[in-house]
Amino acid sequence: MSFEIVARPHQDNFLQWAADKPEVVVLSADLTNSCEVGVFRDAYPDRFYSMGMAEQNMLSVAAGMAREGLEPWLHTFSVFLYRRPLDQLQMSMAYPALPVRLVGFLPGITTPGGVTHQAIEDIAVLRAVPNMTILEVGDATEVESVIDVAHTIDGPVYIRQLRGEVSRIFPKEEPMVLNSARKLSSGTDVALMTSGIMTEEALRALPLITQRGVSVDHLHISTLKPFTDPAVLESMSRVSKGVITMENHSIVGGLGSAVAEVMAENGVGAKLSRIGIPDTYAHGASQKYLMAELGLDARALVTRVEQAVGESLNITDEELTEARIVDVHSSAKAEAL
Amino acid sequence: MGSTAAEVTTEHIHSLAQGIRKRVLQHTLTNNGGYMSQACSAAELLSTLYADILHLPPVSAPLLPEAFAGTPAPGGINRQTGAIFHGGVSAEHDRLIVSPAHYALVVYAALIEMGRLDENALDSFNKDGSTVEMIGAEHSPGFETTTGSLAQALSHAIGIALARRTKKDSGKTWVFMSDGEFQEGQTWEALHAANHYSLDSLRIIVDVNRAQVDGPMDSVMVIEPLEEKIANFGWDVRKVDGHDIDAIRLAGNDSSSRPMAILCYTDPSRGLPILQERYPVLHYLRFKSSDEQAQYQAAYEEMSR
Repeated sequence: MSFEIVARPHQDNFLQWAADKPEVVVLSADLTNSCEVGVFRDAYPDRFYSMGMAEQNMLSVAAGMAREGLEPWLHTFSVFLYRRPLDQLQMSMAYPALPVRLVGFLPGITTPGGVTHQAIEDIAVLRAVPNMTILEVGDATEVESVIDVAHTIDGPVYIRQLRGEVSRIFPKEEPMVLNSARKLSSGTDVALMTSGIMTEEALRALPLITQRGVSVDHLHISTLKPFTDPAVLESMSRVSKGVITMENHSIVGGLGSAVAEVMAENGVGAKLSRIGIPDTYAHGASQKYLMAELGLDARALVTRVEQAVGESLNITDEELTEARIVDVHSSAKAEAL
Repeated sequence: MGSTAAEVTTEHIHSLAQGIRKRVLQHTLTNNGGYMSQACSAAELLSTLYADILHLPPVSAPLLPEAFAGTPAPGGINRQTGAIFHGGVSAEHDRLIVSPAHYALVVYAALIEMGRLDENALDSFNKDGSTVEMIGAEHSPGFETTTGSLAQALSHAIGIALARRTKKDSGKTWVFMSDGEFQEGQTWEALHAANHYSLDSLRIIVDVNRAQVDGPMDSVMVIEPLEEKIANFGWDVRKVDGHDIDAIRLAGNDSSSRPMAILCYTDPSRGLPILQERYPVLHYLRFKSSDEQAQYQAAYEEMSR
């Protein structure tokens, strides 16, 4: 399974998108090129606010701007948007339900920057924050279209954004839609719900799983909050051998937990298997290494499907197509993080 | 209400300040509790600010506080703020963001003195379903933002002032702060940012009463020398006696090409000397005995003469 690779899909797309939106301003905390908004800074210096390494102030300043009719788009690494300044996020921005956009880069284990840079519980934390909308992109088409989705929401939005070299999995003419899962395959054995980079990873294994006779109902989830898309319940109600979730996030509080809530509240009597970071911190290592170590890769999915259907599928490592892991020193990134 | 600088006398502002103390003391006596020392320290500061320094749109008559409508939600739901008591917002007028939300009782009293808030509004203070909350939030009279988690208001004001700059508003953006907020790191982040953006439309006025919940600030965490520190962050700093109305007026009406901080050094028992008996813990006044309450009642009657 191979896809077109798009270099820095956010960079020029956001620049062009913002051209006719004078209310759109960018705030950055010393990670401007790392978050692909250096070109925006150069094109629109009057709409770019360098806030320094001071994220608490940055979030509260953005709230003040939003009250005055600007639409602030904060660009920095995810951990510096929700973890360090959580009180400011909540009291300055989420309580008043202001239209501030938090564009968070390096979700989960997509960075070798280690524990300080890996946002592994951001969805869990922010799902518990009232008034938030949480979006996660899974490919270049979603990187490009997530900004339209966020722009329409008159309230705070957190985006798990991708950068650098990003696969295009979904057709360019099929943009992200708020609270609407993408149906990637229909099946009756196992319901699989994947988000973010996990969708591409799952797609490495799914042709083999299907070939072995397992029928998978596969949804790609890009809206984590709200989580009321009826397609989720429909999918899990259709299958006989269980539900599997797969996310680049802790198994606590993210997609797997959201799916569990839907199952429990609707009395869906099925086993749920959550693939994700197993309630542990990660460390500085490559994405491929961490995915294997933490059980987030295509092999992990095969194992969980085997457990669900109660039989071995006899899929060899050689059969699992080679993972597309971007070189840490890719020229599409400003640094190696 | 709508007075201009030329019309306001120092004596008038003094009477407003005394009115603030009296209203807060009366409320404290009635309810056996109140933020009394904050009224004593900030009475001149707030009355001078409202009566002389700020250019706020007038309100036609004292406004009744509304019942709490509900928490804000996406889509502009329940987003109205207490700025209506400041006459609403306009390009040419000033804005005041209140930072120490536990000064709410004092702010409400000041708004009543200014004829902006109904004189019986304190009857609904801290009552269920009221916006006249104990710790003010953005729906409370005089509040524009939610600042009970201290030291976020200055950053809010910077965002507001930066946005107003893009709109070429002529009004200034003011923040009323307490000195304890200079223990929070965010304050210093914000001071950096205001200087970086040369926000000459931004003003902070600080009640430096040197008291906090645990006691004297010097015993909890020293922040002095505040004047030098803020000046070293690139601000224009004025240090005044916070009970000297003329000194506050002079500083508050001065112009500057930089963001300006007016540090009002105050006495948290000013106008109510009996409070000194509670030193060093002044943050909240609740009477320990009926004798003590009687003493404060006598002080109230003295104040009313």
